[in-house]
Amino acid sequence: MITVLFVAFAAILVVSSLLVILHRSPVTSALFLVLAFCSLAAIYLLLHAEFIGLVQVVVYAGAIMVLFLFVIMYLNLGQDVESGATVVLRRGLGWLLGAALVAEGALLLAGRLAPGPAAPPALAAAAGAGNTQQIGLLLYSRYLFPFEITSIILLVAMIGVIVIARGLREAAPAEPAAASAPAGAAAPDDAPGEDA
Amino acid sequence: MIPLSWLLLLSAVLFCIGVIGVLVRRNAIVIFMSIELMLNAANLAFVAFARHLNSLDGQVFVFFVMTVAAAEVAVGLAIIVNLFRLRETVFVDEINLLKG
Repeated sequence: MITVLFVAFAAILVVSSLLVILHRSPVTSALFLVLAFCSLAAIYLLLHAEFIGLVQVVVYAGAIMVLFLFVIMYLNLGQDVESGATVVLRRGLGWLLGAALVAEGALLLAGRLAPGPAAPPALAAAAGAGNTQQIGLLLYSRYLFPFEITSIILLVAMIGVIVIARGLREAAPAEPAAASAPAGAAAPDDAPGEDA
Repeated sequence: MIPLSWLLLLSAVLFCIGVIGVLVRRNAIVIFMSIELMLNAANLAFVAFARHLNSLDGQVFVFFVMTVAAAEVAVGLAIIVNLFRLRETVFVDEINLLKG
């Protein structure tokens, strides 16, 4: 039963991710990417990674893809125009290289790099706790320092996005009064943004 | 139980689809989505090995990868929005200022 479900979700995953790169409309690509992430979350559930599966739906299919769709609509992108000799040449080269990579991976996995036997299921069963609880215990004990580092990464990304997204208005000094009028609340920290 | 090699093969196929997307497409946003596909292929390999080795460390690493991916998407999309304001295009062919 699990094998059948896995094969079904894997097929959905591969087909929808192929449609992501094949479809000409960016909005349709983004929606197929949501489908791919949801089927990947289902595969995580089949692998008994419940916490990761739910985080995949919430963070990837929820937050990140909403950001993508928001930017696509903000930029008002239509269908891509894909024609010309260089495009055809690059497309052929890209598919050739991709097929070579897949063949190499299949060859390695089928041959001498076949994985060994699985470890005995002692750790997960003995604890008797849920997946989320175990991950939480691990995250706040052995991986406490990397966990704190990720908060710094998120903070730096947040500040960086604000600086990048508003930096262009500073670069055009022609109409400084008109440009900075809507962003009046952010006026006091203009000085640190100058050097970005 | 699902064999590890199937999962690794699925992960490899997903990664290669991402690589092909980066090589083939011209739209910067679709290229970015292909990069997300590659990150998810790495995540799938992490979870597969965590299941295989009966250890949760792989799932913790997936958590970290997701954090980095969220930060990367935010910064990258801000750069693309800025690029569109500057050049009126998101096609990477037409952004060739550094071409000699």
